[in-house]
Amino acid sequence: MDNLNSLRDETLAAVAAAGSVADLDEVRVAALGKKGRITGLMKELGGLDPDERRARGQALNVVKDEIAAALDARKQSLEDAALEARLAAEGIDVTLPARPDAVGAIHPISQTMDEVVAIFAQMGFAVAEGPEIEDDFHNFTALNIPPEHPARQMHDTFYLPEREDGSRYVLRTHTSPVQIRTMQTQTPPIRIVAPGRTYRCDSDMTHTPMFHQIEGLVIDKATNFGHLKGCLIEFIETFFEVSNVPVRFRPSFFPFTEPSAEVDIGCSRKGGELHIGAGADWLEILGCGMVHPNVLTACGLDPAEYQGFAFGMGIERIAMLKYGIPDLRTFFDADLRWLRHYGFVPLDLPTVTGGLSR
Amino acid sequence: MKFTLSWLKEYLDTEASVEELSVAMTALGLEVEGVEDPAATLKDFVVADVVGCVDHPDSDHLHVLQVNTGAETIQVVCGAPNAHAGMKGILARPGVAMPDGMVIKKGKIRGVESQGMMCSFRELGLGDDHAGIVELQSDAPAGTPVVEVLALDPVFEISVTPNRADCLGVRGVARDLAAKGVGTFKDAPKPDIAGGFKSPVGVTRAFPEGKGAACPMFSGRYVRGVTNGPSPQWLQDRLAAVGLRPISALVDITNYLSIGRARPLHVFDADKLAGGITVRFAHDGEELTALDGKAYTLDSGMVAICDDAGAQGIGGVMGGEATGCTEATVNVFVESALFDPIAVARAGRALQIDSDARYRFERGVDPATTLDGLDRAVALILEFCGGEASDLVVAGALPPAPKAIAFRPGRIKSLGGIDVATPEVIGILERLGCAVAIEPEVLKVTPPTWRADITGEHDLVEEVLRVFGYDAVPATPMPRLPMPAVALTDAQRRRAWMRRALAARGLTEAVTFSFMDSRHAALFGWSDPALKVDNPISSELDVMRPSVLPNLIAAAARNAARGIGDAALFEIGPQFDGPNPGEQRLVAAGIRTGKTGPRHWGQPPRAVDAFDAKADALAALEAAGAPAANAQVNRNAPGWYHPGQSATITLGKTVIAQFGTLHPAAVKALGLKGRAVGFEVFLDALPAPKKRPTRARPLLKVSPYPAVERDFAFVVDATVPADKLVRAVAGADKALVQNVSVFDLFAGPGVAEGKTSIALSVTLQAMDRTLKDDEIEAAADKIVAAVAQSTGGTLRT
Repeated sequence: MDNLNSLRDETLAAVAAAGSVADLDEVRVAALGKKGRITGLMKELGGLDPDERRARGQALNVVKDEIAAALDARKQSLEDAALEARLAAEGIDVTLPARPDAVGAIHPISQTMDEVVAIFAQMGFAVAEGPEIEDDFHNFTALNIPPEHPARQMHDTFYLPEREDGSRYVLRTHTSPVQIRTMQTQTPPIRIVAPGRTYRCDSDMTHTPMFHQIEGLVIDKATNFGHLKGCLIEFIETFFEVSNVPVRFRPSFFPFTEPSAEVDIGCSRKGGELHIGAGADWLEILGCGMVHPNVLTACGLDPAEYQGFAFGMGIERIAMLKYGIPDLRTFFDADLRWLRHYGFVPLDLPTVTGGLSR
Repeated sequence: MKFTLSWLKEYLDTEASVEELSVAMTALGLEVEGVEDPAATLKDFVVADVVGCVDHPDSDHLHVLQVNTGAETIQVVCGAPNAHAGMKGILARPGVAMPDGMVIKKGKIRGVESQGMMCSFRELGLGDDHAGIVELQSDAPAGTPVVEVLALDPVFEISVTPNRADCLGVRGVARDLAAKGVGTFKDAPKPDIAGGFKSPVGVTRAFPEGKGAACPMFSGRYVRGVTNGPSPQWLQDRLAAVGLRPISALVDITNYLSIGRARPLHVFDADKLAGGITVRFAHDGEELTALDGKAYTLDSGMVAICDDAGAQGIGGVMGGEATGCTEATVNVFVESALFDPIAVARAGRALQIDSDARYRFERGVDPATTLDGLDRAVALILEFCGGEASDLVVAGALPPAPKAIAFRPGRIKSLGGIDVATPEVIGILERLGCAVAIEPEVLKVTPPTWRADITGEHDLVEEVLRVFGYDAVPATPMPRLPMPAVALTDAQRRRAWMRRALAARGLTEAVTFSFMDSRHAALFGWSDPALKVDNPISSELDVMRPSVLPNLIAAAARNAARGIGDAALFEIGPQFDGPNPGEQRLVAAGIRTGKTGPRHWGQPPRAVDAFDAKADALAALEAAGAPAANAQVNRNAPGWYHPGQSATITLGKTVIAQFGTLHPAAVKALGLKGRAVGFEVFLDALPAPKKRPTRARPLLKVSPYPAVERDFAFVVDATVPADKLVRAVAGADKALVQNVSVFDLFAGPGVAEGKTSIALSVTLQAMDRTLKDDEIEAAADKIVAAVAQSTGGTLRT
């Protein structure tokens, strides 16, 4: 019995002293291996009488289990220590910069157009487009701007060379020709918006020879000036994401609408910073009106039967107001610093349901 | 247009404040662009008595004044030559802001303390007088605010839309305000001129048959024995307040009627006229020196006012210098005429003359003011300059009066969106000058002669709405469809996907001008002169761009100059193949320059190359849902690409995209140093997406059996495109070959001259079983055979 106890004590001491998994394995083999000392004692059991064998066997098993448990525990702690040491050696400088991702941006004009379209789409408008090189009829005459009309001089038109028949193409001065093309090809009811590039021969602090407009057109048998107000007020509040923006409809003149209005929104300019929706100042943002009977007639629609409204606004202007972009001319410079600063995250697709902007 | 409050009150009885008038004018469509109210800017200035004046000890022109402010006596240093003890002046104390924004401070001037400033009229923003400080002829005690002493007249500046010719006269503005209920319209009756003699100057209209509308009516009176001196102070003040320099009574009277009543007139020095006046079309090449001192060459579309010596005025635009009035003028002929707006506009534009007369005539002058204005002018001449007026001389006649319009008051609701009671409608229209007759169901409305812009029922709706107030119209939500349809067409949706896919790849979206410099456009395929802009804003923007790329290259060059050499830009916009409908094409184009990214400790960047551009092009096509897998890549990109490093991507014969390294010569011409790669995707060339009955995806078919990867290296002629090899392998056993990829290229030792080794990784997998070794061997044999047949390539050993 004593030698079993001393064997147990010796083996447990050896387990505790093992400094590595390999050392520990040697201890295991020496005790529990095929030729191990415990194994050897087990083999001797056969030579004992049954009573002695049972008592000796139980005692041996207790020692064997104890040693096995000690081996497992020691192994676990050696492995833990080894892993810890390896991890400690694998340390990196986590303050180093991560690998760069190339991130692009969406131009404010595209983003603003998408925002505007999202709002009007909600009101049942479809998106229409037309050519940027236009003829006189679509850009002027059909819009009730006859030759020599003083309104033509307001337009600073770019002309292309005279053609064989004496006529000249123009770069469209507004998106309104799309109204004409739409009315010529579609049967009312019509609800469209037409975003796009427009051109005027003007270049200074607040004008660029190319800019963008979005046109709106509604034609049916019942739409009146009250609907025009309702539609645009809803648009303004949704677009600027400010509720109860003061909106002022001011009588004005456009050859292609009657009654005509310019629309101002309330703002404050305190301290040089612009705030939409508060304050005592007014900012003009768009022109609109009820489609002139002459325009309907020019498009083959009977003004006694059909009526509706049209509006047009500058995309850059409303983008500048909403996003606080100070200078129109910078829109077309393709300065990457500007584009990254004022541009939009590619996956931020504006929707009315999900929010127009962050 | 500018006018003063007192001028407005000549035609309007009103108690409304400057602010109320401004709001009302804007609400009427006469947008107030500015109000200069001197009473507001001068509220802190006071009357002060100069009680002492001595010379400044250290100056030869400054004075040191003792000034009584009413409360105390202070010292003010003043440089005005007219400063003297005993005068009453206008004082600005420290802290007071001058009209120009400068704030008065206490200070020392050449060592002498000054506690304020005595002001001149110019310093007060009241005219141009700066000869000395203001000397008030008033018994107001010192300390009285000057606004109580000076007759201060606020100045309005309004923007008049082209349809409102009547509001180019103060009287028209007053009538609009009265229509809105802001006061009562009034007007002095037309004076009764008793002609005392027959005008020595006769008037004849000489137009070809049917062309008389160029000048339907020409009238005048001769006034003899006038004395042309300065006009009365009140008139000079009004003209000065609206920015016109007072000249002489005769000239000031015409300006007064032009601004007050929108009635342009002309006064000839009758003694300089040779014979009578004939109004006719000018002869081509006829010359005239106008009142502005410049010589003009007329043409046969312009109306000339002539005497026996030739043209002496350009009808409706400007009079001639030779027959103009001077201080010495004794006998005058006053002209009041009517000219065709279009003829005046054409003449003014052709001659580049912007005159007050042209401005009014081209928008349309009230025909009824022709004789009325003439006699008002003559009456003022007689009043200011003396003399005696002749009988009236008239040639031609007024055009027919405006026709009545049938107006259904219900249209105000159905078009304007608001109910206005009929008596109110009638009141508004009558106050605007319309004659209204009530008939069953309709009103017969005859517009006044000064409202040529009112021609139909819709115009009357606008008038009522405008005067009643746009604000009063209730905003009505648009009736909503049950569920709005998709707002975008397939092409528009495709463009949107492409835009965001390109930006997500790291390209930044730019928007550049649709025009460019013709000197560079030829490098990008431009040759059609019909695409040149006739009147470009500058020679650098004189042709419609034949490609989007050059503007992006120029943009990259600008960015490089700012220190950003690694640029990745794209634009989706038009290019112009010709000016005609259908020749504008929508293109997504992009460029990359420099390296793939910034220098980094763990990932060194490499120079961009044609494969970056190829990846961009394919990503754009894929985002648009184009069948890029079926596309062919061919070495035939246009001349602005590197001939050896570029390609077109075609579907059948249609080029849907092109990409590659950009041609170094084209890049250099646009000022960009170094290499640039780029792509162009032609959105209009993409086939329309297939109409699908459902959005269901095809059933996913994946094999449950293991896939095997085998690598092959083939040696082929260096001229064999890799794509051909890949297609041969993919087609060798379509049932088993699931994927082929190129993972290595090699030429050099061990590979014969003129040959390339291309290494492929091939994935083999069957749908219905695990492949056995002999099946894999058989497939490999098929692959080798297919490559040999298609490209002549052999397995590298």
